[in-house]
Amino acid sequence: MVFLPHTPGDTQDMLNTLGLKSVDDLFSMIPAKLKNPPIEFPPALTEMEIQSLMESVAAQNRGAQCLSFLGGGAYQHFIPQAVFALISRGDFSTAYTPYQPEVSQGTLQAIFEFQTMISRLTGMSAANAGVYDGATALAESALMACRATRKEKVLVARTVNPHYRRVMRTYLSAPGVEIVEIPARDGAVDLEALKAALDDDTAAFFIQQPNYFGVLEPVDSLAPLFEGKKALLGAAAYPHSLGVLKTPGAWGAQIVCGDLQSVGIPLSFGGPYSGFMACREDLVRHLPGRIVGQAKDADGRDGYVLTLQTREQHIRRAKATSNICTNQALCALSATIFLAMMGPRGLRGAAAQSVRQAHKLYDALCSIEGVKPMFGQPFYNEFALELPAPAAAVIAEAKKDGVLPGIHLKAGEACDGEGLLVCATELTSDADVARCKEALKNAIDHVKTHAVV
Amino acid sequence: MPLDAFEPSLFELSHGEGGREWIPERGGADLASLIPSEHLAPEPAALPVVSEPEAVRHFTKLSRRNFSIESGFYPLGSCTMKYNPKICDSLAGLPGFARLHPEAGADMAQGTLRLMDDISGFLAQISGMDKVTTNPCAGAHGEFCGILMVRAYHEDRGDDRDVVLVPDSAHGTNPATAAMVGYKTVEVKSNSSGCVDLDDLKSKLNDKVAALMLTNPNTLGLFEKEILDIARVVHEAGALLYYDGANLNAIAGVARPGDMGFDVVHINLHKTFSTPHGGGGPGAGPVGVKQRLIPYLPTPLIEKSGEEYTLNYDSPKSIGQLSTFYGNVGIVLRAYVYMRMHGKEGIRRNSEHAVLNARYLKHLLKDHIPPEIDAPGMHEFVLTMKDKSRFGEFNAMGLAKNLIDRGFHAPTVYFPLIVKEALMMEPTETESKRTLEEFAATVVDILNEAARDPEKAMHAPYTTPVKRLDEVSAARNPVLVHPCCE
Repeated sequence: MVFLPHTPGDTQDMLNTLGLKSVDDLFSMIPAKLKNPPIEFPPALTEMEIQSLMESVAAQNRGAQCLSFLGGGAYQHFIPQAVFALISRGDFSTAYTPYQPEVSQGTLQAIFEFQTMISRLTGMSAANAGVYDGATALAESALMACRATRKEKVLVARTVNPHYRRVMRTYLSAPGVEIVEIPARDGAVDLEALKAALDDDTAAFFIQQPNYFGVLEPVDSLAPLFEGKKALLGAAAYPHSLGVLKTPGAWGAQIVCGDLQSVGIPLSFGGPYSGFMACREDLVRHLPGRIVGQAKDADGRDGYVLTLQTREQHIRRAKATSNICTNQALCALSATIFLAMMGPRGLRGAAAQSVRQAHKLYDALCSIEGVKPMFGQPFYNEFALELPAPAAAVIAEAKKDGVLPGIHLKAGEACDGEGLLVCATELTSDADVARCKEALKNAIDHVKTHAVV
Repeated sequence: MPLDAFEPSLFELSHGEGGREWIPERGGADLASLIPSEHLAPEPAALPVVSEPEAVRHFTKLSRRNFSIESGFYPLGSCTMKYNPKICDSLAGLPGFARLHPEAGADMAQGTLRLMDDISGFLAQISGMDKVTTNPCAGAHGEFCGILMVRAYHEDRGDDRDVVLVPDSAHGTNPATAAMVGYKTVEVKSNSSGCVDLDDLKSKLNDKVAALMLTNPNTLGLFEKEILDIARVVHEAGALLYYDGANLNAIAGVARPGDMGFDVVHINLHKTFSTPHGGGGPGAGPVGVKQRLIPYLPTPLIEKSGEEYTLNYDSPKSIGQLSTFYGNVGIVLRAYVYMRMHGKEGIRRNSEHAVLNARYLKHLLKDHIPPEIDAPGMHEFVLTMKDKSRFGEFNAMGLAKNLIDRGFHAPTVYFPLIVKEALMMEPTETESKRTLEEFAATVVDILNEAARDPEKAMHAPYTTPVKRLDEVSAARNPVLVHPCCE
């Protein structure tokens, strides 16, 4: 009876009222052969027991105790404590989807503020209330582009996060949309290859800025390629970086998507996060998912409602733009509160410092003998390195030292060669930079020494 | 407690300039020397500028303009709004879980992987399936995953099928999902007792049908008694049976979809295992399958060799990857805590009390508003106000809005679509007898008031931060972002 309010007397009274002898009688309509299945399940724990169990299991996550230089789509940025305090308010966390607007103005207004902030950050004119995460946002953006252009081919740069590209394949395989990957040259999209692939059957081309390798793509060269074409230019963005980087709208993107994790959501082994989707005015009715709009009430007061619902599954059923219901609302709320707390100055400060610390880290790691940058391109807060020893072994060795030096880039997967993808943020101190260099150097030396033997 | 009145938007509260630094100065090169200037924004992002105390007050006020399960009774049918234990939130937020990077590697994440593997096992036990993935991020995402597997299964066998059957009482996500995976949907009729019409089903089954998607108990809150026959005819036609687990909370621990003949199951963790709805997510939608569908499960797969958990991306027949990493892990952890605190007896008892409360509330109301189908139901029930001779112009929406004025959340209205003037109520197991009785008395009082002063009752609510909003104009001339520019 962990969270059940009835006393045994209440239960009996209720059964009596219903003319039933026991609770088993409540299930009389279920065929007997289906009832009372054998279920193997550990015995119930008290709150005290589950607490100590979870604490001991959490301690088995050694990665949470290491000094981390991991990025690749999930970033350890500073989050003001007020974000956690506010999203923990039960009035936010235990409310349902705002289908009854009169008693959901809090959630609805917060989503409206979210849409406004995302539109401004990305340089777009509208945004939806959010989707599952960055990868599904990209997949849904690709489907949206197909709907808007009535074409069934999507181009995507090979420099886009490989997880995103895999999810895109899952989603686009269903309606049979063709995906063409545009190759890279020195860690950035090959513009000649893009130009050659961009034909009249193309719904859209998607690029990530900064790309999976942290490289700043030559985005200013993109828009001219789309002149006179129906194809849309889409971008996957890293919202935290928009504290310093030019908006995708400013370089001609028409659909912008991405993951909100970097702006106020803890790492939590990959989720829950939330994805966002923003677009130009003329594409709004092709957006999937929830959208909030302003409305007047009977007395002429301003309020907010879920709007353009004829795109959605609960109205349109089989003709909906997507089957999605959720907008990962509480995660989107975290991002809204984060952006409100940080403000333009705070976000710019944190983003700029991420770039500075990453460049310090780059200089430090490249001074290790045999360590070389994989690409000769400008980068944001992440960069790819070639190591003088097998990366998997080096990473394993550094882990023993309590350092997660980066993501293993396997040859032929994300890029042609093998390497290490290293990330810094504003939380990376100068001492952390020195520690990373030391750990990586020791790990390389160790692997080289033992490889000889 | 009445909800808070008007609160200006952040953009009206903004000072336009100022703001605060949150991180220490560490020196280093000028940004312009590190990044080519063509990549930099000419000015800071156009975000509002408010101080921390102003922001905290703003969001606190917004929270007070929401109804929530913590503030009152929320009888939303099919949505399952029940108490969300605090302990689940706090344990999922332990630093050992929250600080773990998804690319840390399986060897660095043994604790979380162990829990994900354990909960998959528990869910397999409760649903009666052979293997469960926790990758899908929500119920609809689980449906997408499940129907993609259905398609992969048939394609793998060289079986060309292009139709998915859904009952006319189904959730909107069912046909939307089938369409997303490239299927045509055909509706199966309900019979006069509110269940699947077996003859209509038989007439629509053929070698083009890939699956039947079914909720059991269905959206009328009725158990599909002929489920074993349904399963038989579906399988005889070479199709698969898909279980929409939205209503698993009625039978968890009592009966299992796997034993009924379902081949694929999705489970909304927020419904049966009480993870918070969060105003519209994040949820989680684990999917369970029978043996023959295991090869198609999404990647990555959590595997165990000896005492070591690993992540496997190499599964040649898999439908592929569904999200950036491994789904909504933090939500899965909350459900894990909830399940361990209940054990199988506790989970069964929740189902018993959910059904008991629904039956009791229906009993209290049925003389005042008739049920669509007057048969013993499960965790939810549907009443109808379609009888104009009885209710006049007063309707389901009117009753819903009057309930809001009286401090209760409205039930689900106008769903399922097969019931006119539907009121779909689901009290859940965490409501007390007293609450149910107060609610029923309030409904009766509203009906009496409406008979006395229909004009007033039709225009409720009166006590909320806003009155009924003009949704038609809002959709015709959408204002989706704040217009004022800084």
